[in-house]
Amino acid sequence: MREIAYYPGCSLKDTAKGFEDSAISVSKDLGIELKELPRWNCCGTVYSLTDDNLMKQVGPIRNLVRARDQGYDSLYTLCSMCDNTLKRSNRLVKKDEDKLSKINNFMDQEEDYEGEIEVKHYLELLRDELGWQEIKAKVKEPLEGIKVAPYYGCMLTRPKEIGLDDPHKPSILDELITSLGGIPVDFPYESECCGSYNTVDKKEVVLGKTQTITGGANKAGADLIITACPLCHFNLDSRQAELLEVAPSHHPVPVIYFTQLMAVAFGDIDVSGFEKHAIDPEPGLNLDNTVVSKR
Amino acid sequence: MNLNESDKQLLGKVEELSGENAFSCYQCGKCSAGCPFTEEMDLLPNQVIRKVQMGDASVLEAETPWICASCLSCEVDCPKGNDVPAIMEAIREISLRENFDEVNLNELDASDLPEIALVSNLRKKTG
Repeated sequence: MREIAYYPGCSLKDTAKGFEDSAISVSKDLGIELKELPRWNCCGTVYSLTDDNLMKQVGPIRNLVRARDQGYDSLYTLCSMCDNTLKRSNRLVKKDEDKLSKINNFMDQEEDYEGEIEVKHYLELLRDELGWQEIKAKVKEPLEGIKVAPYYGCMLTRPKEIGLDDPHKPSILDELITSLGGIPVDFPYESECCGSYNTVDKKEVVLGKTQTITGGANKAGADLIITACPLCHFNLDSRQAELLEVAPSHHPVPVIYFTQLMAVAFGDIDVSGFEKHAIDPEPGLNLDNTVVSKR
Repeated sequence: MNLNESDKQLLGKVEELSGENAFSCYQCGKCSAGCPFTEEMDLLPNQVIRKVQMGDASVLEAETPWICASCLSCEVDCPKGNDVPAIMEAIREISLRENFDEVNLNELDASDLPEIALVSNLRKKTG
């Protein structure tokens, strides 16, 4: 079994536990063990855009130092916000020696970071290292006839310097859905921001976006939506449930993590963690008639 | 265009904090055309940059920088490759560094909020 360095981030240990559990399970099916980084710390969730304050870069860089010290040259993430923050901090110090040296001087307990680590998203592992054929070969319960809307959101593809796909026309989630036997649905809001952390103090902005994005997916015929971001998931799932209270005509569309969709197709349904979701994903997956009944 | 000393001060601060040249923007408006939040904003993103170019300190009172979620839609669309979200962040930072908090922690009901939402919000909206 191949071991890879895995950085979970805060959500995957709590609200997005189903994301982690399903990823560990499908990884095993693929012959990969996710080795959690010891002593990882928060990535900060949002990349600092201020040019003069390097303090906010220390957290992400410390995680890269930990991975380097374990003997790895790559660090893998599942959460797209962690992926974005770690990749951008890494890029910043790799192209700016002066900033790297200031950060190294500050971190007095660690050996200097020299840009040894490459940060990769789990989707890149699937596409670039394993390949879609390998994924296809592990499918036991093809998602026949199930229409899935790939929700890319912001952080997987932007900015283009670190994005894992074309920011204007991404396809990596579409390819994953096809490999699992499902039908990817083209919908116009696949890369539109859900409102992100405005969910804390401007909930109405997020409710509006949730209605647009999930309503758009429904209009395009989607049975469910997949995401790689725990914050998008909260906004599109939990906030959608709140939306239903004020807009009863809204047609609910379940939202699941891409690894949960893989778990269903690989026959690992027990680890899906669907019980935590506000909108029940089972009708979208047609589980009553397919996967579960065949078990 | 003649900028007085206080105009230049605001422009200089924003450019220093963002690392961006505000005059690299030629006001094509593509950032505003693609921004998913313009209907919630009091100034369009290109208008925010215009005010920065003019050193107009009223931009510090605008709602727009607090609605911008750094989704980078404008950043990938800008034909000049300008980092518009960095300008928005610089405007927020000028206030946050004056001990201003956009989000009041004492009034916040965080019971139903996931950690990822709280950490990111408080990183962007508290000083």
